Amino acid sequence: MLVSILHRATGDGMALVGTIVFVWWLAALAGGEATYAGFVDTFTVSDGRLNILGYVIGIGMTWAFFQHLASGIRHLVMDTGAGFELRTNKTFALLTIVFSILATIAFWAYLLAGK
Amino acid sequence: MGNGTPLGRVRGLGAAKEGTHHWWHQRLTAGGNLLLILWFVISIARLPAYDHATLTAWISSFWVAIPLALIVINTFYHFRLGLQVCIEDYSHGPGRIAWIVLLNAFVLVAGAIALFSIFSIAFSAGAAA
Repeated sequence: MLVSILHRATGDGMALVGTIVFVWWLAALAGGEATYAGFVDTFTVSDGRLNILGYVIGIGMTWAFFQHLASGIRHLVMDTGAGFELRTNKTFALLTIVFSILATIAFWAYLLAGK
Repeated sequence: MGNGTPLGRVRGLGAAKEGTHHWWHQRLTAGGNLLLILWFVISIARLPAYDHATLTAWISSFWVAIPLALIVINTFYHFRLGLQVCIEDYSHGPGRIAWIVLLNAFVLVAGAIALFSIFSIAFSAGAAA
């Protein structure tokens, strides 16, 4: 049940917050260097690193994506009628959370330290 | 051959005469999203820098502008269906219609801005180069 709620929360969260940031990012890029600097300033400190808002939205959106991806695949499998045995279902549900956390850590480790 | 038995003609249709296309389109676009957003997340991570010049040069590529436009179409359609379900689950009464109208306006306005921005970057960067 938690994973089902997470699927809706991450989906709706990305649909609202993710869409606004994504469209703002594209429009700011199209607007030129000055408008893009305004976008970047909102999410970074003066030396170019992300500020708290940047980290909350950045990490939040990547985790939401990986969680929604994993629980979405879980739903596609369940659509076929498979995976409804209690033990299998619970294992698959927990695995979506394990995957989303590990994938988020891997993504940000690469971005901040791996490059 | 006739038009089938009365039961055969109504089976699966219900009062709305349709019903599975919402569910089915949600699944179809989910598959598209899986590929498109994975491409987007990995591509963003692998970019050497995130300044204006790097990003506009990146978006001006055919192989970037087209998938980005597909994201706007596919993913926006997917989340429009998803948010519709959310509204239908929690909003009852006349307010629901206002929310659905607001949702459609949000998706169309956001989608139009995003597509215009992508093509504007792609075409102007191409002209400058």
